[in-house]
Amino acid sequence: MKLSARHGRGAFVPRTIEALYQAMERALDAEHSAASSGLLQRLDARVKVSGLFALILATALATRLWVIAAIFALAALLAALSRISIRLLASRVWIPALAFTGAIAVPALFLTPGDGLYRVPGLNWTVTAQGLTTAGYLLLRVETAATLALLLVVTTPWMQVLKALRVFRIPVVFVAILGMTSRYILLLLETAHEMFESRKSRSVGALHGAERRQMAVASAGVLLSRTFQLSGDVYLAMQARGFRGEVYLLDDFAMKRLDWLALAGFAALAAAAVWAGR
Amino acid sequence: MHIPDGYLSPKTCAALYVGAAPFWYVALRRVRKALHTRLVPLISLFAAFSFVIMMFNLPLPGGTTGHAVGIGLAAVVLGPWAAMLSVSIAIVIQALFFGDGGITAIGANCFNMAIVGALVAYAVYRILAGRAAIGSARRVMAAGLAGYAAINVSALLAAIEFGIQPLLYRDAAGAPLYCPYPLSIAIPAMMLGHLTIAGFAELTVSAGVVAFLQRSDPSLLKATAGGSVEIGEPAAGRNLRPLWVGLGALLAFTPLGILATGSAWGEWMARDFSNPALRREIAASSFHYAAPLRAPEGLARLSQVWTAPFARYAPPYVRSAAFGYLLSAMFGAGLILLVCLMVGRLFDRKEPAT
Repeated sequence: MKLSARHGRGAFVPRTIEALYQAMERALDAEHSAASSGLLQRLDARVKVSGLFALILATALATRLWVIAAIFALAALLAALSRISIRLLASRVWIPALAFTGAIAVPALFLTPGDGLYRVPGLNWTVTAQGLTTAGYLLLRVETAATLALLLVVTTPWMQVLKALRVFRIPVVFVAILGMTSRYILLLLETAHEMFESRKSRSVGALHGAERRQMAVASAGVLLSRTFQLSGDVYLAMQARGFRGEVYLLDDFAMKRLDWLALAGFAALAAAAVWAGR
Repeated sequence: MHIPDGYLSPKTCAALYVGAAPFWYVALRRVRKALHTRLVPLISLFAAFSFVIMMFNLPLPGGTTGHAVGIGLAAVVLGPWAAMLSVSIAIVIQALFFGDGGITAIGANCFNMAIVGALVAYAVYRILAGRAAIGSARRVMAAGLAGYAAINVSALLAAIEFGIQPLLYRDAAGAPLYCPYPLSIAIPAMMLGHLTIAGFAELTVSAGVVAFLQRSDPSLLKATAGGSVEIGEPAAGRNLRPLWVGLGALLAFTPLGILATGSAWGEWMARDFSNPALRREIAASSFHYAAPLRAPEGLARLSQVWTAPFARYAPPYVRSAAFGYLLSAMFGAGLILLVCLMVGRLFDRKEPAT
């Protein structure tokens, strides 16, 4: 849904609608793919959170390019076994990370001092071996870590990801607030989407820059007022359901044989990557 | 601004988690004490609001657009401790579910934006707003500058974290293992975008929403206003008079520049090198390194290319140095205002009909 292409560069209302729509679409897609039957989808959320976080840490610790490349290959294999399409990975992670980090990494090819490898004709710029290596580290690390993070959130319902954070001894209050926030993000995204859609349908003619700014800021203000109103309503609803300041989380996790095997596999792979990547 | 995985070493990330931990601890203790109040849903919903506000494409002067983070607004409405938790939660959710910022870098992002950003925003807001009424224009300005300062201090911290990576972490062949750019590149590269686009997006949202709340729900601004501040009447329209008065005062004081003694380092003219008195001033401002007896060849050649009409802020046809300074200041300020006006007119295009 490329609204911005139809409405031109200055059309901030359609572009904001598109951004809000994409965020909602991403959340719904994640719930959909988490429900399918792949390898990672069958695992306990706590195993996935600890296993994939361990691999992300091993990626950060590795000081050899081939080790990071091997973790990336493992992530791609896990995606294939979990029925996550290459298209989804490419559109969500690989291409955006390549564009963003690639733009940052390219100048490092020339700016990093070291042994000259190639001189760009006409520009007197020299690609150095150290520049090539550092750009490789940056790109591979970003791609690998982002792929592993995506695997977690597209194979696990979001509420379970947050509950599983308790394995890291994160306080229950923080986890409960995270859970509430993730739910209300969807509600506020929808509210903001409706606000901008209705504004778009009422708008006739052209808006000047200052008017556009005024409209964006007023929309943010209205959304904030609604947020506070909703906060009051939620508090009353919590009280009506017996909330007296104590936070409990329903823990419906149960480790099966496959989970223990997967946990051992993740631990062995992460340890091997840390050892090989020293 | 949201640092992804791979840009910072695990040691830097661990250090920033450790740096953030005491602030989270204190903030959570405060929340635990107030669990029976409406603080829990308020923090959750404000975090959700911060997340959604980042999706807004804000039209900025000059025809560009930017995204705000909402640090300034969170600090102004919730106060520093609740703002820390609220923005931290938004950052965790962005990193986990939306790939905006890395998982290993959550500590760094929270330290830069949620903790330091919230503290800076709150301090700037309280200092600048003082005891002004809730509905005063001064609070709008204070909120805008609080957001602007917070986002820029956060960006500076991120730039320093990037810039120290190549100093500390390299492989055996000397290739940087993480962010490859030193401080001399990382700081200007980060600050350029934040002092302009991102800073103005944050300023616009913070000031604009506070102005909106002054009209619609001023009680929301009461929590961080301190003591017995009057709600007062909201500021009407865009009152630019204080800015014009300030600009006029600055212009009137420009002749004070004449009182300054010594030489401005690096602003020497070709003929200064052959003047003994000026040579002594150049040496005094250069750790007593003696200047060459003649101007360097390149400097001498290029100084002939253009002769400024108001060289050294002293138009040749004005005898009074003070009046020359004042005239130069008026001409310069007028020229800048004219250029800004023309650029604004040029880029302030109309929104296409929808």
